[in-house]
Amino acid sequence: MKLTKITDLQMMAQVIREDTISSLLEAKSGHSAGPLGLADIFTALYFNVLKHNPKKPKWGGRDRFVLSNGHVCPVLYATMANIGYFPKKELFTLRKFGSRLQGHPHREALPGLETTSGPLGSGLSQAAGMALAFQRDKMRNKVFVMCGDGEQDEGNHWEAVMFAGKHKLSNLIAITDRNYIQIDGDTEDVMPLEPLDDKYKSFNWNVKIIDGNDMKEVLHTLQKSRSNKSKPLMIIANTIPGKGVDFMENDYHWHGKPPKKDEAEIALSEIHAQESEERGDWIDQHWRMKPIHSMKK
Amino acid sequence: MNSMHLNVFRERIPTRNGYGDALVTLGRSKKIMVLCADLKDSTRVGKFAEKYPQQFVEMGVAEQNLVTVAAGLAAVGKIPFVSSYAMFCPGRCWEQIRTTICYNNQNVKVIGAHAGISVGPDGATHQALEDIAIMRSLPNMIVIVPADYEQTKKATMAIAKYKGPAYMRFARSPTEQMTTASTPFEIGKAQVFRNGKDICLIGAGPMVAECMKAAKILEKKGISAMVINCHTIKPLDGKTILAAAKKCGKIITLEEAQITGGLGGAVSEFLSQTHPTKMKILGVQDRYGESGEPDQLVKEFGLSSKAVVKEAVRMCR
Repeated sequence: MKLTKITDLQMMAQVIREDTISSLLEAKSGHSAGPLGLADIFTALYFNVLKHNPKKPKWGGRDRFVLSNGHVCPVLYATMANIGYFPKKELFTLRKFGSRLQGHPHREALPGLETTSGPLGSGLSQAAGMALAFQRDKMRNKVFVMCGDGEQDEGNHWEAVMFAGKHKLSNLIAITDRNYIQIDGDTEDVMPLEPLDDKYKSFNWNVKIIDGNDMKEVLHTLQKSRSNKSKPLMIIANTIPGKGVDFMENDYHWHGKPPKKDEAEIALSEIHAQESEERGDWIDQHWRMKPIHSMKK
Repeated sequence: MNSMHLNVFRERIPTRNGYGDALVTLGRSKKIMVLCADLKDSTRVGKFAEKYPQQFVEMGVAEQNLVTVAAGLAAVGKIPFVSSYAMFCPGRCWEQIRTTICYNNQNVKVIGAHAGISVGPDGATHQALEDIAIMRSLPNMIVIVPADYEQTKKATMAIAKYKGPAYMRFARSPTEQMTTASTPFEIGKAQVFRNGKDICLIGAGPMVAECMKAAKILEKKGISAMVINCHTIKPLDGKTILAAAKKCGKIITLEEAQITGGLGGAVSEFLSQTHPTKMKILGVQDRYGESGEPDQLVKEFGLSSKAVVKEAVRMCR
């Protein structure tokens, strides 16, 4: 299913935020802030930009999406469930014994995942490997990869940056979730990354800086990225960690913990309150995308 | 147990040449790719690079990227061989191999050259002694230590055909050519190189030749020694080893690696649970190597036929 209207995509992102919170509440552990900040980008990718088929996850002509910062997987799972990779109810199994939704995503567990991630700094390398194979075989598939900003402390990541620059992997589109938080605090206190855009430019990358929570800008940039030329592209997406939930926004303490029951209720009602009156009609039209907190487990 | 037909005249050839020569044959398939971390000639991938530039990738001195890019290539259907010195790969990039190759179950072949103390003058920093242990402990990974040039050639072809992660290691020094072009090779099938009944000597890599030498000396002393070439350390050929243990009742393992977690570890883990057998594990005794000529080091670290003979005589007394 493809959504093309900005308002539809925005509505979808809000449902994905709600589902992310519901699955985290049920899991009783996991990461909250990053996934909420990324809901807009994931929605734009899966509901508009990526060439993929949830019914045929191994289709050879698909683009590849690699999640490098595996800990934000609740938003990936919520997005995949909403677009039809697996039943939405399964989101309640996140991090539980026997679940396909492992605490950090595992390729062998769930169809549609392109790689296993969790240990940081090696997603860009794997994406670059895929892009190199497509480049050498003259295939048109694109490789998208989501990287955290904190994980860019890793040497492995910069080895991949150099490598992609050397091979001019213009079919590689990387996104940095620039939310300025990591477990121990502000990225610029823990290990400064700035000037991040200049770093990529000097490693022979194209660079684009966007507001990662502005659906119009996100969609436009990602669509345009498909015709990226001559160098790999890094989209530095400034996002608000915890986006949509007032008490979580920009607070690094929410990097690695889930909401408790009362906190989840507040969060869900806040997201509801932000929605326009159109929501009722929208949910009626797209009944498959009804948020899971209203479902029976 | 039937023993293999082996060469009588034994030329010494570096085993890694077998890797390089097999790659040139394998390159005919576009799926085969070779990735190298600034060690093209010493890992013998130069000929492949020349013949198949489109299938070769120079990664620079970046072993973490080496294995993770390979995981990405495998994810879209390639069969990547990554080669470096064993100390650096898998030494430097164990977690990446674990997560992106083994747990991910990607069809990547990790090749560790210059393993063991026989690397010589470069010293302990370059002498990988722990690579077998760290690779053997990973689910989905198989571990191959071929005995000579011909066997390395065959092992390279075999792991290319095998679907899944594989680790193959070889030493730097030329090794006696024991097997012939017609000696069979099968992953997971240990080979009885010499029959015997009093004691069984199990070796891997260049240590198999040392075991053969030891067996000849032991024969003169009235001890009949069986020799097994255990080229596949994982999955271990339990059937062959169990039969040898039952027949000989005593086992010595010899490897160019730390005595913890390697070939001796694998054999003793197996036998202690199936058929407890008197054993001696010979290898590097929980210490680091040092600079020196290969022959000097092999002697100093007790990895020679002489050490095997001494131990066998003591055990058979």
